[in-house]
Amino acid sequence: MLRIKGLTKRYRTGDLALKSIDIDVPDGQVMALIGPSGAGKSTVIRCINRLVEPTAGTITLNDTEIVGLSSGNLRRMRRRMGMIFQEYALVERLSVMENVLSGRLGYVGFWQSWARKFPQSDIDEAFRLLARVGLDHMADKRADELSGGQRQRVGICRALIQNPELLLVDEPTASLDPKTSRQIMRLIKELCGERKLAAIINIHDVMLAQMFAERIVGLKLGEIVYDGPPDKLTPAVLTQIYGEEDWASTIRKADDDAEPVDDIAPVMPSIERDRLAGLT
Amino acid sequence: MRNLAVEHRRWKKPPAIKRAWLRWTLIVGAAVYLSLALGTTHVNWARVWEGLPRGIQFITAFLPPDFTSRWTEIVEGIAETLWMTVAATVVGIALSVPVGIGAARNIAPLPVYYFCRSILAVSRSFQEIILAIFFVKLFGFGPFAGFVTLSFATIGFYGKLLAEDIEDMDVSQAEAVRATGAGWLQWLNYGVQPQVMPRMIGLGLYRLDINFRESAVVGIVGGGGIGATLNTSFDRYEFDSAAAIILIIIAIVMAVEYSSGYLRRWVQ
Repeated sequence: MLRIKGLTKRYRTGDLALKSIDIDVPDGQVMALIGPSGAGKSTVIRCINRLVEPTAGTITLNDTEIVGLSSGNLRRMRRRMGMIFQEYALVERLSVMENVLSGRLGYVGFWQSWARKFPQSDIDEAFRLLARVGLDHMADKRADELSGGQRQRVGICRALIQNPELLLVDEPTASLDPKTSRQIMRLIKELCGERKLAAIINIHDVMLAQMFAERIVGLKLGEIVYDGPPDKLTPAVLTQIYGEEDWASTIRKADDDAEPVDDIAPVMPSIERDRLAGLT
Repeated sequence: MRNLAVEHRRWKKPPAIKRAWLRWTLIVGAAVYLSLALGTTHVNWARVWEGLPRGIQFITAFLPPDFTSRWTEIVEGIAETLWMTVAATVVGIALSVPVGIGAARNIAPLPVYYFCRSILAVSRSFQEIILAIFFVKLFGFGPFAGFVTLSFATIGFYGKLLAEDIEDMDVSQAEAVRATGAGWLQWLNYGVQPQVMPRMIGLGLYRLDINFRESAVVGIVGGGGIGATLNTSFDRYEFDSAAAIILIIIAIVMAVEYSSGYLRRWVQ
């Protein structure tokens, strides 16, 4: 579905961030991209929606070549890829609803979006998604009034309302506490499952990657050093990715924690939803 | 233990200018310049003493302020000034928005950036009075010259601050909107505008305030409005009417300043 071949990025400063990367992501696969800071994780997913221009290589999403698209075609392409950001990147002074609806900007005209007159179907979908993540009662709150976990849920809604074919997720848990991090990761995984959506998730946290991804790709200094299932991630592999450290405890802990699936049920009772929204 | 007790390391705040010779040259130079400058300003104290009673006479000529004899001219002048202020603020801000967006380095291509920056530089390099003298020559006496002056000055002020505010915006918020496939105008409307809007509303009100005060000054050099009325009353030695006009200007400035300050707090 997504096919990356020979992706190379050299920044204007001369740093070679990616050295000819090849990744294939099949339909519906949730893939985690791990690696130390500066390994090029962010560059990979930013090249896919061309927030960063690749220096060389090809990227195709369902047979459309992304590299070299004209600006109009690039916009149409970006509609097909939802992105979830580190630090949420919500427009803070817009309301929750406006933030979610901004995911539809690629589909409506300027004056329509300027007047906030989105089609009723978009509004229905926005409320449905907000209800799904437990925030429908917050639609008219300003985004900066929300807690971190709530903001990231809004970010997820903004990406999903695009009805994307691929989800690009950049460090979704970087500024969240451990419990909220798990809830967010679980939510992303469940939503991908419901929609048969493929996702590439950049993540620092090896434990979370192991818990929630079907496949892990390890990146080091712009090169792929591991590509395989989470349970093959041995201390030796982690040493290769991150360098020497006592990895045994990290891995074992991940196994212990993998079990509890209590947080976000598909149909939520109202108390549960309030708790998600951070009200209790 | 003994070491701790004995060793006192001395510490002094490091001087702002490290090189001692440069520091002392600057200090001595400034002192010499100041004393020379004071020396060349000749103050004739005898004349100052003589002038005092005349000054008092001048000031008493203002009292009591006479609101009645020139009331129609005053009302006309005030109406003209208010028209000039509001129109110039609205037109100036409307024109400065595209210029300001073009002058923001992070969103405008380089040629557009230089073009818009040069408009701002021209607008900002002239004081309102100089612009007013120029436009009065161009359009003749009257409030239109004042209106053009203030509009042009507003572009420089508002456009520059808008450009700087856009340059300081949070890139990730704008990037997220871009990533949804939004068009350029949609991106401005959703990703950029919400970030700069509260400050720009505040600055718009502040500019209204400035334009009112400037319009009185601009009137004196021929730009119409209450400034012209004030100037005429001085020329006719009608100091009591002038006093009335000054009091009215002060009252309006205070009213505008207070209400714009209140509105700005409310916006933020």
